[in-house]
Amino acid sequence: MFTVALIAVLISLVLAMIRAIIGPTMFDRVLAVNSTATLAVLSLALIGFVAGRPEFLDIAILYTLLNLIGTLAVLRYFHPNEN
Amino acid sequence: MEAIIDLLSWLFLVLGGFFCITGMIGLIRLPDFFTRLHGASVTDTLGAGFIIVGLVLQSGFTLVTAKLIIIMGLILLTSPVATHALAQAALHAGILPKLDHDETGGHIAGEDE
Repeated sequence: MFTVALIAVLISLVLAMIRAIIGPTMFDRVLAVNSTATLAVLSLALIGFVAGRPEFLDIAILYTLLNLIGTLAVLRYFHPNEN
Repeated sequence: MEAIIDLLSWLFLVLGGFFCITGMIGLIRLPDFFTRLHGASVTDTLGAGFIIVGLVLQSGFTLVTAKLIIIMGLILLTSPVATHALAQAALHAGILPKLDHDETGGHIAGEDE
């Protein structure tokens, strides 16, 4: 049952990467990369359950935090009050 | 009891995969940046939520469940923050929402009824 959900998440990852490649503006690309990171967290958790190794969940927690920091770090460059 | 939990877990995992694919199809097909934000939010809340509930049902009362709940809490905290910052940065960069009939003359879509 984890394999079915993992396949669905991987299909979603492909769709998000398509938007990240063809995105007309920079913000579309940032949004697609943000969704990619969320789907990567989900796929890490599912891979941990498929392989029977729950240590993957620690990597998933770390990746969630890196996702927020990465998105905000990219958006700092476009903030209007930036001096 | 085991069969009921397995059935519920199947249901939640399949629903989570369905909402993940739905949100990403929205990310591909919706016409505007601000509507694409909506599509991405479907994946972040419903897809991640259903998949993690399905995993929690399989793992029982262990440390794995605590880690999964921490992951879900972090996603629910960080995803709206990232979406809000992204929408604000896009508005300040001059991207306007796409309207059916543009009568506002360049203003943000508002309460002009």
